[in-house]
Amino acid sequence: MEKKTLFDKIWDAHVIKKVEGGPNVLYIDRHYIHEVTSPVAFSGLKNRGLKVFRPSQTTAAPDHNVPTLHQGRPITDVQSKTQVEQLEKNCKESGITHYGLGTEEHGIIHIIGPQLGLTQPGMTIVCGDSHTSTHGALGSIAFGIGTSEVEMVLASQCIMQAKPKKMRISIDGNLSNGVTAKDVVLYVIAQISTSGGTGHFVEFAGSTIRQMSMDGRMTVCNMSIECGARGGMIAPDETTFEYIKGRKFAPKGEDWNKSVAKWKTLHTDEDAEFDKEYHFKAEDIEPMITFGTNPGMGVGISQDIPMGDNLQGSDKTSFIKALDYMNFKPGEKMEGKKIDYVFLGSCTNGRIEDFIMFAKMIEGKKKAENVTVWLVPGSKGVEKQIKAEGLDKIFEEAGIPLREPGCSACLAMNDDKIPAGKYSVSTSNRNFQGRQGPGSRTLLASPLTAAAAAITGVVTDPRKLL
Amino acid sequence: MSYDKFSKIISPAVPLPLENVDTDQIIPARYLKAIERKGFGENLFHDWRYDKNNKPVKDFVLNNKKYSGKILVGGKNFGSGSSREHAAWALYDYGFRVVVSSFFADIFKGNSLNNGLLPVVVSPEFLQKIFDKIEKNPETKFEVDIEKQKFTILSTGESTTFEINNYKKHCLENGLDDIDYLINMKKSIEQFENK
Repeated sequence: MEKKTLFDKIWDAHVIKKVEGGPNVLYIDRHYIHEVTSPVAFSGLKNRGLKVFRPSQTTAAPDHNVPTLHQGRPITDVQSKTQVEQLEKNCKESGITHYGLGTEEHGIIHIIGPQLGLTQPGMTIVCGDSHTSTHGALGSIAFGIGTSEVEMVLASQCIMQAKPKKMRISIDGNLSNGVTAKDVVLYVIAQISTSGGTGHFVEFAGSTIRQMSMDGRMTVCNMSIECGARGGMIAPDETTFEYIKGRKFAPKGEDWNKSVAKWKTLHTDEDAEFDKEYHFKAEDIEPMITFGTNPGMGVGISQDIPMGDNLQGSDKTSFIKALDYMNFKPGEKMEGKKIDYVFLGSCTNGRIEDFIMFAKMIEGKKKAENVTVWLVPGSKGVEKQIKAEGLDKIFEEAGIPLREPGCSACLAMNDDKIPAGKYSVSTSNRNFQGRQGPGSRTLLASPLTAAAAAITGVVTDPRKLL
Repeated sequence: MSYDKFSKIISPAVPLPLENVDTDQIIPARYLKAIERKGFGENLFHDWRYDKNNKPVKDFVLNNKKYSGKILVGGKNFGSGSSREHAAWALYDYGFRVVVSSFFADIFKGNSLNNGLLPVVVSPEFLQKIFDKIEKNPETKFEVDIEKQKFTILSTGESTTFEINNYKKHCLENGLDDIDYLINMKKSIEQFENK
């Protein structure tokens, strides 16, 4: 029998047709939408006189634009308000489930999908958002699409895509104390660069991944897009099943047993071939921090900013431009650099485990006076867990109020903008120029490193505070 | 999305010799708040094109009168990051019909093809050649022949071929998009669902 990878098994089972000299017509099981990349798709559909083909397979939540304070009040930014309202209107007209502001299910779409049990192993999942890759952590093929493709899914529950190449990234061994899933993925991106995965779909494997919780696995798959990959995925196992069991939309009763039996077949066959393979050792990974303007420009926190001597041509120009923007110099130490903001949240690190890590580090301490800290849960569900575990009290005592869920300062489409020239230690996924607000300077790091910086006011190795 | 049929293009080109130009640079997130697809060209490369006071940044290529044309030439890994199709819309709305690089990010490439914006991949050496030609003479004209899949530097006649799958080529040449194709497949889709 043909040896197949996990990716092959799911992809091939969803191909309706292979277009001669072109892409595959791929059936989509689950479609997530948010307010920014869907309105033009809905109006496109309307202009063609089409209806949503399978409304029950699409789920919506406004997340990019929403305020993270006073969500009960009307949104003051007129354009944001319009987008949020338009999403609700489009969903109502089409019979799509919409988890709006004020509902207990509301949150970042990539947080609530798994949380509600909507994301399941073996599914094909798309959303007009590159971090759709998050859902791959549960053993699904999940990837970001453009608005034209959102319209395709609304119209036909299918998209047209060429089958990507396959890559496996294996990480083995035990992570040392203070090193988290975020550090693992930042390390991988720094090793293979922001374009190392382009054209490929990644399977993460190895004992380090197996030992990770679902929250950690989601962090890893979330950032697979930052190495250029179409997405990342992890074979489902007991950790996955345990996570899904009992969730709102998880299969129940006899269906559950049948589903688990099917999910257990979702793994890469021995001897199946990948187009590219990488192997990394957990013990080589230390807490990571970025110094530049793309997620591949990261170093171990005890290391210096590279000199860039080996770079040439446009590589060199881009390196210099990045350091100029950050106002850093080659060879400088990252530790000890003064920072102004800390952001915990986003679809990368907005889950309960991230808040637990942050809380453990900051418990009994105060935030540094020079630092503004934004703690933004990924969903109402996460917020509820935070409160149930009393973490909000720990944050309060540290001088940090808890905000309400949304994408927030990850891309600063709402009011949560880092001012020009200021430094932010951020648990989000992108340190692009102006990503967190015009002129903002982002240092990507784990929740532990973010907590350490919140306490000291400077870039700090979290291992020193453990 | 409707766009003009793609035919042969002869035009000078605008050079942007930077790597990893991400879609947050092509169009920053705060300009994604429209609910209609229009006017995104105004904010194309906004934070490189305008300063804090919204004054044009003199030395940025789009503000430099030396450069013009329907072709944008960028460094490798062009269009990385966010999946926002607004990046392709902004480039198209501004007037670009072709983007040339040695390497495109996957989602951006797909979005471009769905919107009548042709991504042309050339070798790193040929890309450098294009940059050199423009630097020497910004009025250098290039020809993009989709039918022959050929990119030519007209002043010297040097050319290179580029890849595009037959299906997408057919779509671009005829101004068609995937939805036209998919809605004709409804029966097969329903059959698949009932399997």
